[in-house]
Order: sequence, then C-alpha cells, then structure tokens
Amino acid sequence: MSNTHHISAHGHIKNNSVTLNGEVLFKSSDQEFSSFIRSAAKHFEINYPKFYKMDRLSKLAFLAADVLLMDNKSKSAPENNIAIVLSNRTSSLDTDQKHQQTINAREHFFPSPSIFVYTLPNICIGEISIKHQLHSENCFFIFEDFNADHLYVNAEYLLNAQKAQKVLCGWVDIEENNYEAFLYIVEENGNFTHCPKEIKRLYTS
Amino acid sequence: MTKCFLSYHNIISSLGFDTSSVFEQIKMGHSGLRPIDGLPHFCMSFFGDVIPTEQLNAAFTDLERPKKFTRLEHMLILSLSKTLKSSGIKLDHRVGLIISTTKGNIDVLEETSHFPKERARLGILGGIIKDYFGFLNDPIVLSNACVSGILAVSIAKRYLQENVYDHIFIVAGDIISDFVLSGFSSFHALSATACKPYDKDRAGINLGEAAASILVTTNHNFLCNDAVEILGEGSANDANHISGPSRTGEGLFRSVSSALQEAQFQADHIDYISAHGTATLYNDDMESIAFNRIGLQRTPLNSLKGYFGHTLGASGLLETIIGMQSLYHNTLIGSAGYENLGTSQPLNIIKKPTPKELNTFLKTASGFGGCNTAALFRKVFSQNHIYN
Repeated sequence: MSNTHHISAHGHIKNNSVTLNGEVLFKSSDQEFSSFIRSAAKHFEINYPKFYKMDRLSKLAFLAADVLLMDNKSKSAPENNIAIVLSNRTSSLDTDQKHQQTINAREHFFPSPSIFVYTLPNICIGEISIKHQLHSENCFFIFEDFNADHLYVNAEYLLNAQKAQKVLCGWVDIEENNYEAFLYIVEENGNFTHCPKEIKRLYTS
Repeated sequence: MTKCFLSYHNIISSLGFDTSSVFEQIKMGHSGLRPIDGLPHFCMSFFGDVIPTEQLNAAFTDLERPKKFTRLEHMLILSLSKTLKSSGIKLDHRVGLIISTTKGNIDVLEETSHFPKERARLGILGGIIKDYFGFLNDPIVLSNACVSGILAVSIAKRYLQENVYDHIFIVAGDIISDFVLSGFSSFHALSATACKPYDKDRAGINLGEAAASILVTTNHNFLCNDAVEILGEGSANDANHISGPSRTGEGLFRSVSSALQEAQFQADHIDYISAHGTATLYNDDMESIAFNRIGLQRTPLNSLKGYFGHTLGASGLLETIIGMQSLYHNTLIGSAGYENLGTSQPLNIIKKPTPKELNTFLKTASGFGGCNTAALFRKVFSQNHIYN
C-alpha cells in the first residue's frame, strides 16, 4: 500500500454553531435551521445568490464545504481535483416530503421542478462542485449512522489510485429541526493520520 | 491492482425475470415500453415500462416470505436471490452488499400506503435486504442519481481492490411511482410515445422499473460463462448545472478519460458503447459532444432506454449486464427508437441487431447533480464460447 494520508482540516455545523478545526467560528442563538443557516451564510459572506434557492440539505452541505474549502484553498496551491464523498441517514427525505405534499391531493396537484430537482441526495455535491469548479469524482452513500470505516475506504482508494489529490468527506443530514454536518479533507499532509479511529474521534469531538 | 470481474447476474424486468430471457427479447427487437393507462395506482397515464404486479407476486411466492415486503423489496429480493443461488457463494465476513437506488421505497410516502413512513429511509431498505439473505456485513447503500447503477460497479471494484471484501453482491432497483412521474412531468421531460434516443424527433424520456443484481469478485473460481473484467472506471462532475447537462460534455469526457487511463486502453480500440441516451434533447446532444471529444464518434453505440425506459438507479447495472450478453453473443443490439441522427455531433448509432466480433465495451451514464460515470469491460473467455 502507498503513503499514509492525513486529515488536513475538519469542520462541524451543529447546535447552532459552525466550527473549523475545533475552533468555533460562528454561534447563533437561533434554534431554527433556516434562520440559523441564513445568519451563518451572512457571517461567512457567502455572496452566492443561488444559495438561497437551495433546499435545506444543500444549504447545510454547501456552507460546511465552503468554510472548509475556502480555508484550505488559502493554504495550498489552487487545483481542482478534490473528490467529494458524502453520506447521511435520511437521503433527500426532507425535500422528498415537500414534493410528496404537492401531489398528495389530486385537486391540489402542483409538482414543481424547483423542488423535485432536490429530491436526490447528491444534488448537494453538484452545488458544491459548481461553486468550487470541481470536475471530480463524487459519490453519496446512505448509512443508518455515521460510518467512518466506509468513508475511510473510499477516500483511501481515490488517493491511492490517484483519481483525486484530495477528498472532501463526511456526513450531512437533516431531519425536521435536527441537522448535522461534519466534513473533513483528506490529502497527503495534515495534522491527523487518516484512519477510522481518528475520523471517529474528530466526529465526536 | 487486483483484477476484478463481473460474474453471475440477474435482471427483473417486464421483459423477463432472468438475463437470458430478457436478452432474447431485446435481440428480437421487443420492447417493454407501452402506454400505461387506467392503472389506478398511478396519478397519470404515461408511456413506460411497468412490471406486471401479478407476475411479480407469482414469482415471489416461490421464495420464503417471512413478512410483508414493498414492491421494490420484492423486486430486489427476487433478483438477488437468483444471483446468490447461481453464484454458490456462502455469505461470510468477506462478502459485501451494495444497494443502488435513487428513490428506494418512496411510494410509502403516499397517504394510501400501509407501510410506515420510515420505510422510505434507504438504510432501512438496506437492512431488510441484508436480513432477508443473512449478509454478515452492513449494506452499503449508494444513491447518486441516474449514475447509481454503474457507479455501484465502480465502488464494488474499489472495495475489492482495497481488500475489504473478496466478493460483493450489488442489487439495484427503482420503481415507477407518482413521486417520480409527477416530478419528471413537471420538468416536461416525459415523452408521450416510445422514446427515441439520439433521434432528431426525440421528445423526452419514458420511465421504467427494473431490478438487477450481479456478483463482483476477484476470485476466478466464481466466474460465470459470460464474465467480464472491469478494466477501468471513473466518475466526474460537470460542475455546471444541477439539472441540465453540460454544453461541453465535460464530466462525461473526463469520466471516460479516467476509465481509459486506468485501463491503459485507447479509445478507438473500444468495440461498443452502451451509452446513457435518455432521449431528452440536451442529454443526448451532450453525449455526442463528449464522445466526439474523446474520438468515439465511429464506435458503434446504443441506448437501451427504448427497451426498458429509464430505470433510474437500476439502469446502469441493467445495461451493463446486457452489454455482457452482447459481448458473448458477438451481437450489437439496435438502439430502439432511432431512425435519423439528431445530435449536433456525429455518432455511430446501431440501427439493427448486427453480428460483430466483440471483446470490449464501455458503459456510460450521466445524471442530475452533474454526475457522470464510465466503466470499461472486457470478455474473460475468448474461445468459441457456449452460445455458438
């Protein structure tokens, strides 16, 4: 097997706060997701009109990725071969239910393409890819719980096979008012060894 | 890197409940597409490919039935049971399970469904499949829009090459539901008649439903007579639009290039392309641009959507299994619905079943979210094979 890889950065969005590498960058008293994510986007100066058209899962994934990638970019040479491997428990069910509501009653049948397009979990990967111009490998997995072992295998393969220079990995899940994003970047150099144990430790920290 | 193979397989479709019957049907030009009208469980009439429920139920009574399953679970279990049985593999800690689906049991969200809403969670669906067969490892559920079925093949290969498992079973499937019908209809993406991929009169997609399953293995002792080696695979995002194909075919171009680079294979040596070809105006044109950029405009190409419709998370795997049959029958299958070229760049669309010595084929798919996946396959057995 090849070189050991490292986790160079990690970030969380949960409990009304945004952290990067363990440091709280933004905290709000807002308990409700939509207003929290809006104030967070304002704080991080996300000047990206499309952000406000995204569904809740994409907003969560997009902001978490943006905080990590903007910071990572400033530390390394610009390149765009960053693969994206994301996972969650509820797929796109948050928006699936919204689409279902538009078709439940035959007399109020008004399905909307702007809702339907978000009824796939990997759309949030598309949103991240567009913003950061990542023409890279991507995959979305569904697990009942955060699964460091599987994220580890996929990131290792992509780096070992030289299909990516870095891998943006993690978990983005939203269900009613429970939300959590945990993303991290795996590459050659970084502070933490890339192994399932370290991924789990950073996830629970 | 460890060599990986696609081996025992099954297709559950309105054209048949095993691969060889389905292949015989499409070789004769028979399509599963038909007008679906007056089926009370659909919110609209449409042109598509629906598996007759009575046939599905009849086939399922042959299996052990400890509890009530959803329609999709019936299809997945039926398909995987056949593949498992023919492979003869015993489920131990070195056998993995990948499930590919875009929408899973989405029909349980309907108000009339008798199933609990949590059944729509893909992890729950995965657990049901795992428990039915007694897999020892938790399922890896993959949901990556319309590339899921072929991406599942890539991911299986990667787990084998990272030495996590010795064998992986993939089962892929999606059903037609009001959910997807209404959604694609709101996009004005549905064709009212049989779809016509790459044709100048193409007018959109037909939805289809199917399940497919396959064994992916590194072990030569578990290869079926029509096994293929996975020479290379790759995925790439368009980074362009979440629901519209790239104007330059960037992601498809890059994914094919990545697969070829891994395989150390020249584009013009590919014998056949099983493309995505949904029959929407923009998708098919995007493909023509990407294939021309790679130099594949003269390679015989088809879309199988004219036989099965777009079976979403099943399509990539189902079409790969058909590709394996094409190789071993040395037969190019005609691209159903195609008459006159309607893409901005030239393509060599297969018009009718054509005998040709075949060794390799490329499978491609593209989907919402800007995703694209390509994989290159080669015959394992090149002697005068069993079908002659």
